[in-house]
This record gives sequence, structure tokens and C-alpha cells, in this order.
Amino acid sequence: MTETLALFAFGDTGWGDELLDSLWLTVRLALVSYAIGFVIGLLGAGAKLSRFALLRGAAETYTTVVRGVPEILVVFLIYFGGSIAFQALMSLIGYDGRIEVDGFVAGVVALATVSGAYQTEVLRAGILAVPQGQVEAADAIGMSKLLRFWRIILPQLLRFALPALGNLWLVMLKDTAIISVVGLDELLRTADVAGRSTRMQFTFFFAAAMLYLTLTVVSMMAIQALEKITMRGVKRASQA
Amino acid sequence: MDTLRDILDFLVGWALDADLIIRAIPGLMDGLVVTLTMIGSSLLIGLVLALALAAMRLSGKRWLNGPAYAYMFFFRGTPLLVQIFLIYNVPGLFEDIRKSDIWPYIRDPIYWAILALALNTAAYTAEIIRGAILAVPAQEVEAARAMGMSRFTVMRRIMVPHALRISIPAYANEVILLLKGSALVSAISVMDIAGQAHRLYSRTYAPFEPLIAAGLVYLTLTFAITRMAKFAEFMTTPGGKRWWQRVKARVMGRSLDHTPGSGPSRPSEQTS
Repeated sequence: MTETLALFAFGDTGWGDELLDSLWLTVRLALVSYAIGFVIGLLGAGAKLSRFALLRGAAETYTTVVRGVPEILVVFLIYFGGSIAFQALMSLIGYDGRIEVDGFVAGVVALATVSGAYQTEVLRAGILAVPQGQVEAADAIGMSKLLRFWRIILPQLLRFALPALGNLWLVMLKDTAIISVVGLDELLRTADVAGRSTRMQFTFFFAAAMLYLTLTVVSMMAIQALEKITMRGVKRASQA
Repeated sequence: MDTLRDILDFLVGWALDADLIIRAIPGLMDGLVVTLTMIGSSLLIGLVLALALAAMRLSGKRWLNGPAYAYMFFFRGTPLLVQIFLIYNVPGLFEDIRKSDIWPYIRDPIYWAILALALNTAAYTAEIIRGAILAVPAQEVEAARAMGMSRFTVMRRIMVPHALRISIPAYANEVILLLKGSALVSAISVMDIAGQAHRLYSRTYAPFEPLIAAGLVYLTLTFAITRMAKFAEFMTTPGGKRWWQRVKARVMGRSLDHTPGSGPSRPSEQTS
């Protein structure tokens, strides 16, 4: 037992600090990707509800393709293809050096692309759930489109979409593990490296699983707290 | 093959190498067989486990509910890739497994991949089943009981059909998620569709052609699953059953009478 614990010691002898560092990297990866995915989701939802068929078609293609293809293929495509595409782009403007895609950036792009597709669907449904009369009322009292979005649509959209958005956050946390296949030192890859070097693979993968589980539990509590905030002033049937 | 190459060249030649796509096809077909085998077997095992888990969760007994809850919490709260690695490393824990006579039969990573996928999908499917059973309105069960149906008949004629219909969209979603998750087993060197695409990439260093071709195969599978789910949903509605009766009648060339012993007839089931 003490031998096993010694594996997780901090400092040079154990893997404790490496695992915690990689846990933090995982959290950052998830947070940044989720935030960008949210922006993509808002734009995508806007495009799906747009008057222009071209925008609608583009958004529809994006969500259908990304949601129908394994995440790992998206990661491979962006990680392997990204450097080639980027290099081709740079050579157009006359730069011919070798370009390496950073693992973190590639990971963020891949995860945000995937999450953005799902968030598009969720936010679209949320926007549609805002009563049409309120939108018309906002127009009638002369709100600009931006103000209408900020004051009327967004607060209610968040209220309607929060449970689904929370689920997508939990999915995002778990999806970060996929980035380990392209060699970014996030939690799973660090556990893999530690397991190989100590020949205690199962122990380290189990430890990683427990850390992911911790992230999940903390996130679930945070989501519940957020739900309380967005539900301010709403009368629930159970309270009536 | 040449015509196919010309067509591909015409369609995507401005961006992709048609020859590479054609080279990817045989490998992807092998991978397709592997993926379908994995999905099929893990869905089957997963469904059996899920039924047991859902029954445990709904049993109302703490010593049954607790373990099932813990199991589902673990498998729904950790990444599938971690689970795959964990299960793939189980034999490493027990030297005896590696030394035993059955080891040569179970050393192929695909078996461990199937086990991991089955255990994972069981947790999600159990939640779907549990939700669907809880979603059957209590009044329906009460009404059936009041009409004098036995508990078993209520289950067979009211609860299961209704729960089945409720759970089909969610289950189809889970099948798609499992299909997409199955691509992760290439990490333990199973040569499924994604594994084949990755292998072709590491030989040619051309990322777009093999990955896009593999993506198209997955998209086709996802599309097929959604269509099948829509059909299954339709078939579990009364309208779907009537449609099936009509098809059968047309195929047999005569209208069907009720088969004896199929219980009391409802007007909606009668075919004219």
C-alpha cells in the first residue's frame, strides 16, 4: 500500500505533481475549447435560424458532418492536416519555413469544432424556446438587435439551454482524453507515461479515472449552482 | 476502377489525390468489418448488462441499487479512452491470465475492445431504459390493473411497448455515440476504420485522403442508424403496426385474420 502511495509522491520520486499539472492542463484545455465552442455555437445557431439559405446550408452541413464523425478523426485531421494546410497558406504569402502545429492549439481547435457543433443544436433550440411575443415586444419598444439579444434572448436562452450545455461540458471534459493520442501531456497521456515507466499501467489509469471522476463531480455541483442563478425569479411547478 | 478514378478526379481532383482515396478503400472495407463486429457484439452484451443494471436500479433495494449506481456513475463519469486502457491492462494485473492456456485465444486486443465498449454502453443504456420505464405514465398501469390485467400482462402489453417506444430515439443516439467511440480502440491497435485510416496516413503522410474517406464511411453508418431508428420508431406506433399488417396482407395476397391466441382484438388492429 505504501509502495503504491509512493508512486504518487510529489517531487522527483513520484508522479503526484506531474499528474496534478496534467490535470490542470486538461482543465485549461476543456475551458478554452468550451468557450470557443460556445461562440461557434452562437454563430452556428444564428446561421441555422438565418434568412439566408446559404448560411443555413453551411451550418447544417457543419453540424451533420461533425456530429456524425468520430472525434478522434477530427483530432487527427486537424493535427496532421493542420500543419500541411497552414504551411500551404503561409507559402501563399511567401513564407517557406517549417511549421509545427502546437499540440494544445490543435487540441483546442479540434475540441472546439466538435463541441461547437453540439452547442449549435442546443443554442438553436434555446433561442426558439424564447417566446416570440417577447421578441416582438422588444422590437416594438425600439430595442436594437444587439440590445434585444443581450437583454431578452440571451438570459432566457441560457436558462433554457443550461441543462444541455452542462451535459456538453461534461462531455467536453471526457473528450479531452482523446487529445492524448496526438501526444499532448494532458492527464491521460501523463498517466500512460507514468504507467509505462513504472510498469504499473492499471494503477495509473485507475488514478486518472478517479481524477476525471473528481472533475465530473465538481462540475456537476457547479452546474447545479449555475442553474440556481439562471432560474432566479422563475416559479417552478413544484413551488406553486 | 479507372472510371471510378476519373469520377473522383473530376469531383475532388482540385484538392485531393484520387489515387490515394482508391488505395484507402480495401483497408477501410476491412476496417468496416472490424467496426461492425465490435459494435454488434458490444451492443448485444451491453444490452443484457443494461437490462440487469436497470432492474437493479429500479428494484428499490439498497444493496442492489447501490452497486448499480456506482457502476453507472464510474462508466458515465470517466472518458471511454481511459476505460479502454484500463480494461486492456487488466491481464497485466494478473500474471496467471497471461500464463494460462486460454491466453492465446483472448490476447487479440479486439476482445478487450469489445469488453470495454460493452461495459461502457451498458451504463448509458441502463440509464435510458430506467428513464423510459419511469416515463410510462402511472395512470396507464393503474388503468390496466383496474381492467384486471395481471402484473405480467401489464408489463408485456403496457409497460414494455410504451417504454420501448420512448427509448428508441435515445437508444439510437447511444448507438451513434458507441459507433463514434469505437474509433478510439485504434489506440490499442485494433484495426478498425479509424485504425486503417491512421495506418494509411503513417505510410503516405497524406492526412486528408484516408481520413476524409474514413469520415465518409462513418457518416454513412450514422445516417443508416438514424434511418433505422426512424423506422423502428414508426413500427412501434399503432400506425406502424397497421402499416405492417397491410404489407403482410398484400404480400400474402389475402387479408389476414387474427391469429388465434393473440389476445383480445382491438378495432385498430383489424385489417379490412
